[in-house]
Amino acid sequence: MTIATQESETIAQNEPSSVGMATQRQLIWTKFTEHKLALASLVVIGLIYLVGIFCEFVAPRSPEHYDSAYTMLAPQPLKLWYTDDAGQTQFGLHVTGFSSQRDPNTLRRVFAPDESVIIPVSFFVQGQDYKLFNLIPANIHLIGPVDPSQPFYLLGADRLGRDVLSRVVYGTRISTSIGLIGVAISLVLGVILGGISGYFGGWVDNFIQRVIEFIMSVPTIPLWMGLAAAIPVTWSPIMVYLIITMIISLIGWTSLAREVRGRFMSWRNEPFVIAARLDGTSQMTIIGRHLVPGFVSHIIASVTLAIPAMIIAETSLSFLGIGLRPPAVSWGVLLQEAQNIRSLAEAPWLLTPGVLVIITVLALNFLGDGLRDAADPYT
Amino acid sequence: MNVQPTLNAAPPPELLMRVKDLKVHFPIKRGILKRTVGHVRAVDGISLDIRAGETLSIVGESGCGKTTLGQALVRVLEPTNGSIDYFGKDQNGTDIAHLGETELRPYRSDIRMIFQDPFASLNARRRVIDIIGESMRNFGVRDERELESQVAALLRKVGLRPEYMNRFPYAFSGGERQRIGIARALAVHPRLVVADECVSALDVSIQAQTLNLMQDLQEEFALTYVFISHDLSVVEYISDRVAVMYAGRVVELSDTEQLFAAPRHPYTAALLAAVPRPDPRSARAKRPTRLKGEVADPANRPTGCAFHPRCPYATDRCQAEDPQLRPVGSSLVACHHAEELMLKGVTVDAA
Repeated sequence: MTIATQESETIAQNEPSSVGMATQRQLIWTKFTEHKLALASLVVIGLIYLVGIFCEFVAPRSPEHYDSAYTMLAPQPLKLWYTDDAGQTQFGLHVTGFSSQRDPNTLRRVFAPDESVIIPVSFFVQGQDYKLFNLIPANIHLIGPVDPSQPFYLLGADRLGRDVLSRVVYGTRISTSIGLIGVAISLVLGVILGGISGYFGGWVDNFIQRVIEFIMSVPTIPLWMGLAAAIPVTWSPIMVYLIITMIISLIGWTSLAREVRGRFMSWRNEPFVIAARLDGTSQMTIIGRHLVPGFVSHIIASVTLAIPAMIIAETSLSFLGIGLRPPAVSWGVLLQEAQNIRSLAEAPWLLTPGVLVIITVLALNFLGDGLRDAADPYT
Repeated sequence: MNVQPTLNAAPPPELLMRVKDLKVHFPIKRGILKRTVGHVRAVDGISLDIRAGETLSIVGESGCGKTTLGQALVRVLEPTNGSIDYFGKDQNGTDIAHLGETELRPYRSDIRMIFQDPFASLNARRRVIDIIGESMRNFGVRDERELESQVAALLRKVGLRPEYMNRFPYAFSGGERQRIGIARALAVHPRLVVADECVSALDVSIQAQTLNLMQDLQEEFALTYVFISHDLSVVEYISDRVAVMYAGRVVELSDTEQLFAAPRHPYTAALLAAVPRPDPRSARAKRPTRLKGEVADPANRPTGCAFHPRCPYATDRCQAEDPQLRPVGSSLVACHHAEELMLKGVTVDAA
C-alpha cells in the first residue's frame, strides 16, 4: 500500500506578526464591542454605579434635609433662557420659583409656577456640608442652586419636603451595592460549593445537589418574610442592611453553584486537562490554571445576570416593609413611602425610583447577555 | 538523554513495558442508590510486551477497548487489575499499575501521550510556549530563557516556526495543532509515547506528513510508540508489530508483515477485508464477506470466544470454551481453529 509521502513544507509562509497572539481578554473585548446594546448598557451601568459611589457629591442635598414649606412640590424643570427685569432675554441655567396658595375648598396648599422668580443654578456649587464616603469633609455639589437656601427640587419633593432627587441618588448607593455584595457572597458560596460538588462527585455531589434543590424549592417571598421578620427592630440600619444582603444571597448562590459544577464536570475529563495531568501538573494547579480561567468569563456573565435579581429582591423586600427601613434610603424604601393613592394621584414623581430600578435591571440584563455571548470568543 | 540501543542492536529486543493480565472495568450504576449492577469490561485481561524502539499498533473496531488500554498505559486510568511493569533506564521493572499520583510523577516524563483531537487537547487559553513548556516547567526547567530556547528547538523539530510560540492555539490548523501536540509529548525526552488515534482527525495528506514526522522523531529520539488506530492502512505503514483487539482482549499479535499477509484470526481477516484497496484487480474480484452484527458488548460478553456470534467459522467449541492467546507460527492468536483456517490476507504489492 502506498501513502502519499510528499514531504511538503508545512512552515507557513506568512511573516511572523501579531497574528494569533491576542489574549483571551482581548478577544472577549473585541466580541463584546460588537454588541452595541450591551456596550450602551455598560455605559449606563457605569454611570449608575458612579452615582452610587459619589452620591454625597451628586446629590444636591442630604436625604434627610426637609423643608415644610415645599411639601409635595412638583419637579422644577431646568431652564436655560429667562427674561430679566429689564426685559432682556438672558442665558443662564436656572429653575423657576413657586408661589404657594391655599385651595379654598380643600384647604390644601397648592403650588403655582412663578416664572418671575429666577433661581440661578450652577455646577460644582457650594452647598450643604457632607463627608464623602463618610470620611472626607466637603461641601461641593455636582449641581445646585447658587444660593443654598433657595428651593431646588429637580424631581420634586415628598410629603416632608425632602428632595426626591437627592433621596434617589442616596438610594442608588444602597440598592446597587446590595446587589454587588449579595452577588459577592453568592459567588463565594457558589464557586466553593459548586466546585466541591463538581470536582469530587460521588455522595458529596449528591448531597450538595439535593440541598440546592431543597433551597430552590422553598418559595422565596415567604422565606424572606420569615427571616426578615426575625430581625430585631432595635438593630441599626447598617446591621439590617448586612443581614438583608445575606438573606438575599442565601438563595442566589444555588444557580451559580450549579453552573460551576457543570463546568467542572464537563471539563474534568477534557483532553487538555488530561494532558496537563500527564505533564505532571498538580491537581490544584490544574484547577487554578486550566479550569478556572476557562470559565471565569462565564462566571462574570452569570454574576452580571444575578445582580438584577438581587436588586429586585431588595426592592421588593423593602417595598413590603420587611427589608430596609427608614432612615436607610434605598429604592425599595422610597417606593414603599410612595405606596399610597395620594402619591400616585398627586405626586407621580415619587415613583422615580421605580423607573430607575427598571433601567438598572434592563441594562444589567443586556450587559450580561453581551458578556455571555462574548465569554466564549473561540466559537 | 540516556539513549537506549535501538532496533538494530541485539536480537532479543529490550523490554520497555510488560503488561500482564490488565483489566479495566467500569461499574454500571443504576437507580437512586447507585448500586453497581454490572461492569463494562473495557479491557479484560490483556498481556503484552512492548519492546524498546518498536512501534506497536493496537487496532480494532470502535468500542473494543483500544483507547481505554492506551489511557491505562499512560496511567490516566487506574486499572482494575493486573500489572504494568515499566522498565526504566536502570532496567528495573516497576509496576506502575496502581501507583498514586505522587508516586507516578517520575514516570510522567518517560511515558507520554499524543491525543486524538488536536482541538480539545490544547487549552485554548494558553500560548503555545505554555502548552509545550508546561511539562518542562514541572520537570525542572526554571529559567524562562532556557525554556524559550528549548521550546523553539522543539517547534523547529516538528516543522513549525519558533516565532509562533507566543500564539494561541486558535491561530493554527488541525495539522499544525497536532504538531504542537507531538512537540508537547516530546518536551521532556520520553521513552514511550502512546499515540491515541493521533492522525484520525487529520486530512489524508496531513496524515502522511504527521506519520513521517513521527517516524523521523522516533529515529532521532529512540522513541517507542504505542500507536492506537482503527485505520489499518496507517497501521500497516507505521508499525513493527500489530495487536488486534476485540471486546477488551488481544485476539492476535504479530509482526506487521505477517499479520497483513497471513492473518490467523478470523476477526483480523475480516478487518483486513474491509480495508479499501486502490487496486482495480482486487476490486473486480469477489467482494469479501463483510462482518455481520455489532461489536460484542463489553458489559455482556458472549460465552466462549467473544467473536463467535459473528465468526463464519464458529463451532460448538467456540461457543463453550474461551480461547487463550497462544503461539501459532510466529504469531500469538486467540482462536481454537487458528491452525486449520486458511485465511486470506492482503498481499503487499510491489507496485
